[in-house]
Amino acid sequence: MSQTLGKVTAVNGNMVSVRFEGDVSMNEVAYILTQGKKLKSETIRIRANKAQVQVFEATKGVRVGDSVEFTGDMLSVELGPGLLGQIYDGLQNPLPEIAEQTGYFLEPGVYLRSLSRTIRWHFTPSAKAGDIVRRGDCLGTVPERTFTHRIMVPFGLLGEWKIIEIKSEGDYSIDEAITVIEDSRGNRKTLTMTFFWPVKRAVDCYAERLKPQTPMVTKTRIIDTFFPVAKVGTYCIPGPFGAGKTVLQQVTSRYADVDIVIIAACGERAGEVVETLIEFPEITDPRTGRSLMERTIIICNTSSMPVAAREASVYTAVSLAEYYRQMGLNILLLADSTSRWAQAMREMSGRLEEIPGEEAFPAYLESVIAAFYERAGIVRLSDGRMGSITIGGTVSPAGGNFEEPVTQATLKVVGAFHGLSRERSDARKYPAIHPLDSWSKYPGIMPAKAVEFAHNYLERSAEVGAMMKVVGEEGTSLDDYVYYLKGEFLDAVYLQQNSFDPVDASVSPERQKAMFRLVLRILGADLEILDKEGARGWFYELRQAFLDLNGSAQGTSLFNQSLSKIESSLAAKSPRYSAKTQQILASLE
Amino acid sequence: MNKVYSHIESIVGNVISVKADSAYGELAEVATRYGNSLAETIRLDGEMAYLQVFSGGRGISTGDEVRFLGHPMRVSFSDSLLGRIFDGAGSPRDGGPELTDNLITIAGPSVNPFKRIIPKEMIRTGIPMIDVFNTLVKSQKLPIFSVSGEPYNQLLARIAMQAEVDLIILGGMGLKFDDYLFFKDTLEEGGALSKTIMFVHTAADPVVECLMVPDLSLAIAEKFALKGKNVLVLLTDMTNFADSLKEISITQEQVPSNRGYPGDLYSQLAARYEKAVDFSDAGSITTLAVTTMPGDDVTHPIPDNTGYITEGQFYLKGGKIEPFGSLSRLKQQVNGKTREDHRAIMDGMIKLFASYRDTLEKKSMGFQMTAWDKKLLKYGELFESKMMDLSVNTPLEKALDTGWEILGTCFEPRETGLRTELIQKFWFKGHSQNVPGTQD
Repeated sequence: MSQTLGKVTAVNGNMVSVRFEGDVSMNEVAYILTQGKKLKSETIRIRANKAQVQVFEATKGVRVGDSVEFTGDMLSVELGPGLLGQIYDGLQNPLPEIAEQTGYFLEPGVYLRSLSRTIRWHFTPSAKAGDIVRRGDCLGTVPERTFTHRIMVPFGLLGEWKIIEIKSEGDYSIDEAITVIEDSRGNRKTLTMTFFWPVKRAVDCYAERLKPQTPMVTKTRIIDTFFPVAKVGTYCIPGPFGAGKTVLQQVTSRYADVDIVIIAACGERAGEVVETLIEFPEITDPRTGRSLMERTIIICNTSSMPVAAREASVYTAVSLAEYYRQMGLNILLLADSTSRWAQAMREMSGRLEEIPGEEAFPAYLESVIAAFYERAGIVRLSDGRMGSITIGGTVSPAGGNFEEPVTQATLKVVGAFHGLSRERSDARKYPAIHPLDSWSKYPGIMPAKAVEFAHNYLERSAEVGAMMKVVGEEGTSLDDYVYYLKGEFLDAVYLQQNSFDPVDASVSPERQKAMFRLVLRILGADLEILDKEGARGWFYELRQAFLDLNGSAQGTSLFNQSLSKIESSLAAKSPRYSAKTQQILASLE
Repeated sequence: MNKVYSHIESIVGNVISVKADSAYGELAEVATRYGNSLAETIRLDGEMAYLQVFSGGRGISTGDEVRFLGHPMRVSFSDSLLGRIFDGAGSPRDGGPELTDNLITIAGPSVNPFKRIIPKEMIRTGIPMIDVFNTLVKSQKLPIFSVSGEPYNQLLARIAMQAEVDLIILGGMGLKFDDYLFFKDTLEEGGALSKTIMFVHTAADPVVECLMVPDLSLAIAEKFALKGKNVLVLLTDMTNFADSLKEISITQEQVPSNRGYPGDLYSQLAARYEKAVDFSDAGSITTLAVTTMPGDDVTHPIPDNTGYITEGQFYLKGGKIEPFGSLSRLKQQVNGKTREDHRAIMDGMIKLFASYRDTLEKKSMGFQMTAWDKKLLKYGELFESKMMDLSVNTPLEKALDTGWEILGTCFEPRETGLRTELIQKFWFKGHSQNVPGTQD
């Protein structure tokens, strides 16, 4: 097959029109040859012999008549051992290596191999000559960091293949052939430890997709208890600027109980990525005792980097996630922020002069967002193992208004919604997830009845609070007032969590359960309270003790002291419980 | 090279089209009967090149000559820039000689995130509302959100005068002529003109030149930063920049996204703001910008997009920097290293000030004032006059002491919610009735 060539006929921003001879496929990668450089681009529209390509670089200096080479391949990522711990741009170029080559700036036209060619991996075959294999089947393994990295038959090879020969155990680099396979018609293929996969196609070599069941523990109380995220689920965090989206994502990426975290920093501030880049290698992963960076991949396409690559970065990230999922691992993909990704689509759509939808976003916005989130899920692989991907996306709605198209399109397809509110972040109530606006469709770590019971207090308390603003404290009945205080109490000691406190930052499910039960014993009790003044004082005192409790590790003297203080305060009010409350408390034993 | 074309095919707004072989982003010179003007190729379509004329489309004739220069927009970079004033096309505005040596391309590629470092040095401004409550950090990008009519340019000029930086670059966009003169005079009087470079586009200048100002300023800043200088870039007013973008994209018949602004407003603003940087082994760029909020509406596309890009914002309201809403996202990186009471004073005083605002509301509704309310009212007044007033000019340590003095004048130690050890060390001793140790 001869290579398709073309010539530039028009330039408009980062969109270039090309007249070509031969065949071009949709999403095919093309290189524009200009000023001695090759600029990577992706075909996004084809009309007769004219293709429009979006260029992943600044197009300064491109002229009409410049040559274009079509590669015949769709935009792909390279999959193989050595991905973990890497820092890539949106097109999977390793940023540290680029820095070595070009210094401070990201010069256009510099593309580097994603994986190291020099590292030798210790390969142990698990298949033998004569075996019949299909795509995604395991050929052997190499150790990568703390994981057993499975070398698989490329996902793009359809049909059955027979292994003709396979290398014996030993050290190989990624470019060395490790096996030769043959299909029924006698076509032979030589495989190395890596292969390419087009990013915009979902990897589909698994036996079946299953229903999300187990919760993913994030060690953030308000999420785990009230708005849980299923391992394999999807959730979104919309919020106005300054509401703490990024901090929440960072906390999640540290403490979530998954095997691998992939962070797609998509169109956000470079400074935030730098914090992750510099801090993650210093933090020890509580699960393995190794550096957190060893289980992390960062895809970083910050706001000033080329906008077309921003669009690609989200797909690059999810393709890497799918690759590790095929090894039977649990992956968390954090995309910050999907609004920037949607805006990148809007920019291109505008240049293509497509008829705009709402707020000039393209009409296909919703289906594209849905297709992205649908790449999350738990699957049973052909060998019976399970692998999962959880996707958490932040949304940055314009003006903090959740009615805008990206938030709405996202809400339709996600399983949990953690709406951040300006009001709560202004009041320094972190995490600023609004307890009344947010929701989750997933089962959590607590019995649903208990959560509902607690949530009722929040709702009722908010109602009383709103009423009190009109009629004042004097016009509120003592009962209502106690309700109000109970809701505030729950908010202060359980929903709010100090992510900068070493103890409070991450709370294990067991501790959450114990604390939740303790909170419910206070909320659910009929208390002997005589007046509002006394009630307020009592709750404030209790709150102080509870905050001390939250900040101290289990078994320390402060912990025990605070606990007994709470117990004695509670006992002093001789609490009584209804049958229903007792049942709920029993369910938390 | 340098072919001359003598027929202009179309003139739409500020954009002309010529049948010519040009490169995207190439610069050309258009000779009109009113003088020469630069133009930049902004679109190529077949044999047609579309150029944006810096001085505007008015008076251009279809018979005017267009000469392509074979290079993109460039600006001269050398130490002789210091003290000079240029317009948005890079030509001298101060009557000095044209600079042509060592030309550099503007709007270069973005910095590799891997080569950035976490910012860690504060910039002292002598303004307590900034130094104490929302510390400005080297390499930060921070806009001042304000309404037209507020003294934002005065604030900017003051920060420029007092900030300890090697170099100041002022990018003025749509400046009123008297504001331009104000900046010039202030810097001159303060003796800072010799370390200042100004790129000024006044409201009377062609709109295309307004778009060039941030790129020119930041390209120069970047070069100086790479030479190890700490550069402060002041951009006023970015709203004019965004409005120019809007104007150009509408005349270009681009599909608008929100209130007429182009869909790439976020990327355009980010490309400029993200130039703020602390290089791992060279200098830095700190960017302070002014964004006037049309109708005091923070959800307007310009402040909204800006807020998502920048590392915080200062709200300028009623001639004062508002403590609420103002935010320096980087302050945590530096304010733990200044003085041990810095963070405590910062949080404690703001919490009390919030209570003061509540009390003011109560008062305006006619509720009776308790003893506590009266204390708060006194505190609020002192806070506003000794901390918030923009005329206050004092180093950080002095400002912290003032904070203790205000607290000591108004409250008992235990009413402040500050930690006991800090109270013992710093409590204001000028008032005998409030001696540490008397609490509880």
